[in-house]
Amino acid sequence: MLKTKPENETKIRRLMKKDIILSGVGGQGILSIAAVIGLSAVTRGLFLKQSEVHGMSQRGGDVQSHLRLSDKPVLSDLIPLGKADLIISVEPMESLRYLPWLSASGWLITSSNPYINIPDYPPVDELIAEIRKFKNHIIIDADSVAKESGSVRAGNMVMLGAASPFLEIPFESIKDSVRTFFGRKGEEIVRVNLMALVAGRKLSGR
Amino acid sequence: MERFFLLGDEAIALAALDAGISGMYAYPGTPSTEIMEYVQSSAEAAARNVVREWSANEKTAMETALGMSYAGKRALVAMKHVGLNVAADSFINAAVTGVNGGVVVVAADDPSMHSSQNEQDSRFYGKFSYVPVFEPSSQQEAYDMVFDAFEVSEKYRLPVLLRIPTRLAHSRSAIKRKFPIPEKKLNLPSDPRQFVLLPALARVKYRNLLSAYESLKYEIRLAKYNNFKDGQNRRIGVIACGITWNYLAENFSGDNMDFPVLKITAYPFPRDLIIDITSRCNEILVLEEGYPIVEESLRGILDNGIKIFGRLDGALPRDGELNPSIVGKALGFKQPKMMSVPEIVRNRPPSFCKGCGHSDTFLAVKEALSSYKVNGVFSDIGCYTLAALPPFSIINSCVDMGASVTMAVGAADAGLFPSVAVIGDSTFTHSGMTGLLDAVTKNSDVTIIISDNSTTGMTGGQKSLATGRIENICRGIGVAPEHVRTIVPLRKNHDENVRIIREEIEYHGVSVIVSSRECIQTASRRKKSDAENKAGE
Repeated sequence: MLKTKPENETKIRRLMKKDIILSGVGGQGILSIAAVIGLSAVTRGLFLKQSEVHGMSQRGGDVQSHLRLSDKPVLSDLIPLGKADLIISVEPMESLRYLPWLSASGWLITSSNPYINIPDYPPVDELIAEIRKFKNHIIIDADSVAKESGSVRAGNMVMLGAASPFLEIPFESIKDSVRTFFGRKGEEIVRVNLMALVAGRKLSGR
Repeated sequence: MERFFLLGDEAIALAALDAGISGMYAYPGTPSTEIMEYVQSSAEAAARNVVREWSANEKTAMETALGMSYAGKRALVAMKHVGLNVAADSFINAAVTGVNGGVVVVAADDPSMHSSQNEQDSRFYGKFSYVPVFEPSSQQEAYDMVFDAFEVSEKYRLPVLLRIPTRLAHSRSAIKRKFPIPEKKLNLPSDPRQFVLLPALARVKYRNLLSAYESLKYEIRLAKYNNFKDGQNRRIGVIACGITWNYLAENFSGDNMDFPVLKITAYPFPRDLIIDITSRCNEILVLEEGYPIVEESLRGILDNGIKIFGRLDGALPRDGELNPSIVGKALGFKQPKMMSVPEIVRNRPPSFCKGCGHSDTFLAVKEALSSYKVNGVFSDIGCYTLAALPPFSIINSCVDMGASVTMAVGAADAGLFPSVAVIGDSTFTHSGMTGLLDAVTKNSDVTIIISDNSTTGMTGGQKSLATGRIENICRGIGVAPEHVRTIVPLRKNHDENVRIIREEIEYHGVSVIVSSRECIQTASRRKKSDAENKAGE
């Protein structure tokens, strides 16, 4: 569980605020990550706003979502530059696109698996080296972990698991939300996504 | 009451249902599409049998809503900002006729042009036609305003405009729902000539409209959405319109704004409000998403009064959407240190889906054109506009819905050969058919290729009214039956398709080639839902 020093704890109790940028390529499932976090936030009585990208960019273009949680009403639908607490990305190059939003003390959590649909996609090892330049980072081979959990499509839940220690939401609540969100798709899908979530959390190293 | 977690678009749709609409009319367009999609997926709308079919275009949507209003019932109309240009004839004249049942028109603007060809500001249409405009700053305000908008519409017998930007349309928040209002009963206008705009009648009605617009400035249902809050720090006063109020408040983490602030979310508003704030400060910052409409009217032509900052003097960017950081900077607040995007990050523009029928169509068009001295075709608005980008680079125009056909006609008039247009099926029935009639009337030497994926693809796969009737429409308009050809854009048919396109280019009259294959996105969704239904049996 999240280890915080006592003085931080009182601060957190007074004001819970998590500004999260979710990033990836259209169709990679970042809105499912947002929906699961959103379910937990709503259940816990938090305020939230979630800005999404619809329309032309969804055709294989870069997409992002601003997800803002707080125990006070959320004002702007957009996160101010330099103030995001987290970037959760399902694609390594896309994780870097939103660095201007990330606070110096924020965390960059990304999958290492490239989605290559442009001719000039940069070498992956150079991207990883660029991500490593930022101190607070977690890089995870989400595809392999998802495959081990039973479906390559659960890569987004691996990334959510890896980011979960930073959300200030109890892990049990996130698990419940995964069950609710995937519930209508059947028991097997729920089981696979829960496994992916738990495996991702273990890899966060927290 | 229950709480919902809804997009701004969905909040408006739910509000309209709760406010007792009997019909919704719309044509898909980002960022407005989800309004109709919510109504179409609503069990309550289905149970009440609320009319909820897509219209052929925004003009037919607006006119049909006016017909429902004539019959005394409430109707919602929704479109993207440029859709209001298409509906403008009907919208502006509906202000002169007035309405009977309430009519609320949603225009979803797209500042920064995320999915659009311009960033026009729909508030301008409010002023242009003398109708009230609501401009919510939040999803909850959008929900609440719809109720007031219908009340205002019926009290003043005017259509009401609700203007939202992309960031509100496509952002979710919790919505507190009100108690629903029952639908209105059939009730014809007491004046049978209300909708007859013969000049003699229109003159009277126009004068009534002008005086109604003056009284609207003091209407309580508008006034409650315009609030002045005084502040201790009178260095500068801020006028924040619509969603920009959130960006302003974000810079003060909420309720401790110490500047005098005037929040404007409804128009027209009285001069008193402006006097209130300008009498307290020597400088004013005006924040508005879109055009500097309020700013321009404050400055006037002489601009020799109180010092005003905004989009016109460079305090804010002249174009593009605002955000909390831009607003903070304009107020002179220190901004947090910001990292830059590493150089290694490449652009990732949208592209055709793998296996898309449009791409096979364009490969055939490109090869067919290779033996002529032209470097491209006229095209239109839809996924297929992506053929302007490499590796296709074959489209030389994308202006407005239907312009491919008419531009091809005009270029052929000027002597261009071959003059080829590529238009999507839904765009064709939206605004391409009338242009085709022009072509047929003067037997233009044009080749019109209708890239038919049997859906409105770019907005996410809404029903296309063209499906199953394109060839009949073209023959009905007067294209010679032997020059209405159909091809299937598949790699295996490539050579055959190139040959057919060349044949029709060589025919010196109007020919139409319908290149028909289902959108792979809708096809895969259909297969999936068929399989699920089968499994559920």
